[in-house]
Amino acid sequence: MDFPTFFQHLSNGISLGSLYALIAVGYTMVYGILRLINFAHGDIFMMAMYFAFFSITLFHLPWYIAIVVVILITSVLGMLIEAAAYRPLRDAPKTSVLISAIGVSFLLENLATYIFSGKPKSFPEFTYMTSTVQFGPVSVQRVSLLTPVVTLAALAILLYIINRTKLGMAMRAVSKDYETARVMGIKINRVIAATFAIGSGLAAIGAIMWGVKYIRIEPMMGVMPGLKCFIAAVIGGIGNPVGAVLGGFILGMGEVLLVAFISQLTGWRDAFAFVALILVLLIRPTGIMGEKTTEKV
Amino acid sequence: MKKQYDKKRVVLNLILIAASVALLIYANENMSFYSKRIINLCAVYAIMGLSMNLINGFTGMFSLGSAGFMAIGAYAVAIFTVPVDVRAEVFYLQPMWPLIANIHIGFLPAMILGGFLSAIAAFLIGFPVLRLRGDYLAIATLGFSEIIRIAFTNLQTVTNGPLGIKYIPSFDEIWWPVGVAIVTTVFMFLLIKSTYGRAFKAIREDEIAAEAMGINLFKHKMLSFVISGFMAGMGGALMAGILGTIDPKQFLFTLTYNFLLIIVLGGMGSISGTIISSVIVTAGLEWLRIADEPMIMFGYHIPMFRPGFRMVVFSILLMAIVLFFSKGLMGTKELSWELLGNWYKRQRARFIKKDPSLKGGGSK
Amino acid sequence: MKKILAVLLCMTLSVGLLAGCGSKAATTGTAAADDVIKIGVFEPLTGGSAAGGELEVEGIKLANQMHPEVLGKKVELIIVDNKSDKAESATAVSRLIDQGVVSIIGSWGSGYSIAAGDVIKKAEITAVGTSCTNMMVTKGNDWYFRVCFIDPFQGKIMANYAFTRLGAKTAAIIQEVSNDYSVGLASYFKDEFIRLTGDANSIVEIANYNTGDSDFSGILTNVKAKNPDVIFAPGNFTESAQVVKQGKKLGITAPFIGGDTWETGEFIDVGGADVEGAVFSTFLFDEQAPLNDKAAKFIEEYKKVYPDKTIAAVTALGYDSYIFTLDAIERAGSTDPVAIQKAMASTAGFEGITGTFDITADGDADKDIAAIKEVKNGEFVFKETITLK
Repeated sequence: MDFPTFFQHLSNGISLGSLYALIAVGYTMVYGILRLINFAHGDIFMMAMYFAFFSITLFHLPWYIAIVVVILITSVLGMLIEAAAYRPLRDAPKTSVLISAIGVSFLLENLATYIFSGKPKSFPEFTYMTSTVQFGPVSVQRVSLLTPVVTLAALAILLYIINRTKLGMAMRAVSKDYETARVMGIKINRVIAATFAIGSGLAAIGAIMWGVKYIRIEPMMGVMPGLKCFIAAVIGGIGNPVGAVLGGFILGMGEVLLVAFISQLTGWRDAFAFVALILVLLIRPTGIMGEKTTEKV
Repeated sequence: MKKQYDKKRVVLNLILIAASVALLIYANENMSFYSKRIINLCAVYAIMGLSMNLINGFTGMFSLGSAGFMAIGAYAVAIFTVPVDVRAEVFYLQPMWPLIANIHIGFLPAMILGGFLSAIAAFLIGFPVLRLRGDYLAIATLGFSEIIRIAFTNLQTVTNGPLGIKYIPSFDEIWWPVGVAIVTTVFMFLLIKSTYGRAFKAIREDEIAAEAMGINLFKHKMLSFVISGFMAGMGGALMAGILGTIDPKQFLFTLTYNFLLIIVLGGMGSISGTIISSVIVTAGLEWLRIADEPMIMFGYHIPMFRPGFRMVVFSILLMAIVLFFSKGLMGTKELSWELLGNWYKRQRARFIKKDPSLKGGGSK
Repeated sequence: MKKILAVLLCMTLSVGLLAGCGSKAATTGTAAADDVIKIGVFEPLTGGSAAGGELEVEGIKLANQMHPEVLGKKVELIIVDNKSDKAESATAVSRLIDQGVVSIIGSWGSGYSIAAGDVIKKAEITAVGTSCTNMMVTKGNDWYFRVCFIDPFQGKIMANYAFTRLGAKTAAIIQEVSNDYSVGLASYFKDEFIRLTGDANSIVEIANYNTGDSDFSGILTNVKAKNPDVIFAPGNFTESAQVVKQGKKLGITAPFIGGDTWETGEFIDVGGADVEGAVFSTFLFDEQAPLNDKAAKFIEEYKKVYPDKTIAAVTALGYDSYIFTLDAIERAGSTDPVAIQKAMASTAGFEGITGTFDITADGDADKDIAAIKEVKNGEFVFKETITLK
């Protein structure tokens, strides 16, 4: 393999990885606080893309307003889902909540198929963002240059919220010990709602970036990215935002490089994520940056 | 007193069995191809529901790997029962692997082979993943299910890859699926009543306490996982026999959600609940097809009814069950004559309370 | 709370029940007259292939409006959705048979037709394929016919186009591995291209992707490194559009060519400016130059309903499959499936709006002309026809 091709692969990997990272952070936030795999996260991501599509094509909002509106609507959707499907099951066994999450995901997919029709829609094209910049023989879309920046910025803001604000402190308390946090006067429902809002907002940002880059929108498109981003979060150490970003990059890079170096294995590409997941679970279940937790009796 | 009661039960059971056999024979003789297909699908879903309930409902482990095990069973039947002379036509892009190209066996051995292969896969997967708990186990089994599917997509010379396999000799009769479903149900009842079944339930209630009581956790979890894998393999084999054409995409992990729905609706840890709900879900989904078609009611064209509405109704029902009737139809109870009798008495008592004039007369 | 919910559930269920009765009454009401001939249609109306299915249903419905009667009886279409799913296709078809249809039309997407083929063969009822071009649809199945050409032919056409018109010496193939249509077409293209160039290494790369993938940068970078003269990328329209788009963004200058599935509006919507110049083979139908009076009439009627739409070739095939079915019923003189089967199998010189053809021993239309179309200014433009014997 020659150098230009290698660098092209590398830049593809970074661009895919940063998208995964953005969505994985949302996953990890929810997991960190509720210990729940939010299977619906990928579908919230899908819905956000439809919101963006309609706010631009139907309501003709300028893009800078559209972005804000989409993030807000998606956050509200996230909070609604939490209030309707997870809050009533706060004291139920974990399995019930997990089934509820699968149910929400199923409902969102079917609702999207029904309302928006199963036909793929195409995201309005921002020609400035999708046009390419040449670095010698390597061509990179502008949006691919922007995505890692957005991801890192989002991570920085998130870390600030978690470590420096009152809300963040409350989040950490709820995630450590839910009962005690309640006793200490933390309004846990509010904290959890805020977590969902932030997580869904991040999914919305990820969705906009994804839409600009890949154009196509369809109801089932959240399933695979959702699953892969969860895997990214596990690889990085679930519950840890920095780990999630790291995991996202590792996964995106790994997928692209697998195709690059062993092109006979392109058909196995989706399996890469699952194999990585199982290896991590077996060798280091807490992931790269996760803390060790002990089982309580 | 007790003895007399037992006698009554035996008589009732015999009547029930005779009635259902008569009903099945009638169905097999007189029903259309389409209705028989629905009955067959009900039977397969019942087997899959039981398989999943054994792990999730009775042993308390959350596994989402059913679709993968099902695929193994389905492919065992597909690969080995397709007549040798049409194989070249099926594998038209790349010829079949010469080692298996000329092996042809009947449906029954192929189905049992499918069950065994699936059980072996469960055994191999079980070693690493059964150490995991809760949602980690769920996501790891889901991962394995997807890996199996992706492997089948890529093993072109064995599975014909994404093109799938057609010309699987399929059956129109309902005996195979219904027969296997009945055998599986009886087996499950016996298994759950045995010491193994009690151990499974003990693990479900409290793993640590069960271990303290001397139950070998890993051994029992593995046993439950392998038996469940075997059943799922059989279910998949029957599915291949019903459809006649299979391809890897049918076994996407979302297929598992259908079985999950069945056990949630029927009750996690209830055999009869699983059977009832598999019929409700399969037949109900077919019946709900009317929601997908343009609908004219009282002369108005109702705009709600168009393709896709069926699945929306279906998923709303699922959510309603999960949120408000989390025990499902049966909870962990089993359907029995006592239960029916008690229910009848309760209902009657309620009516009498509302309308005292019914008292004495009993029936109306 | 629970009570309210229970009441709500009961209400939804009873509404459904009512609706069920309503719809049943509606169908029995018309069927009771016994002067109706039912023709079943199964097409993808939801899911990934919905856009293709909708185009064909347009043509079938219009044909039904233009020719509503056969043997002096009214023809009723029963259209069911196969959800872009193979297992669902088999169920959908058995449901059609259960409703007493005399013949079946469908489907866009060879995979769905193949999956339904088994049921059709067993039930001994005729089916007419619209645009399912894969060999396996009719092979070994006496009851399945089709009005379109088949993939070995289409693969040859594109290989010829690449070799003679584009002067390509090397080619790369990007195929959608989970799609029978794409894999089959790619393999025929490969064989013919190697035969034409006489060079076993003229196919420099075969890259695979899965239905529903979004990121093709990895495989495209590999293709770019091999620097082929032409890239053959048959597949589902949206994924194909993304392949072309991302290829252009990576700076690939070799032309992208494909097959008939590209001719849907979504291909251009998703691909935008980047699919300009993409070339593909499709069925012979050009609304600027109708082949015969029938075609002219069809175009006229179509424009009344959809004034601004360009007619897709598959819509015309939808029309042809319906007319073909009616023609066979007419010649059979009855709705007896065996008689219809015989009539279909012995079809000769059938004049459709996509060309005149006979039915071969396999049940295929012996079409030997394909159209080549190109994307120009956001529209599909008729380029030329290629005839191959």
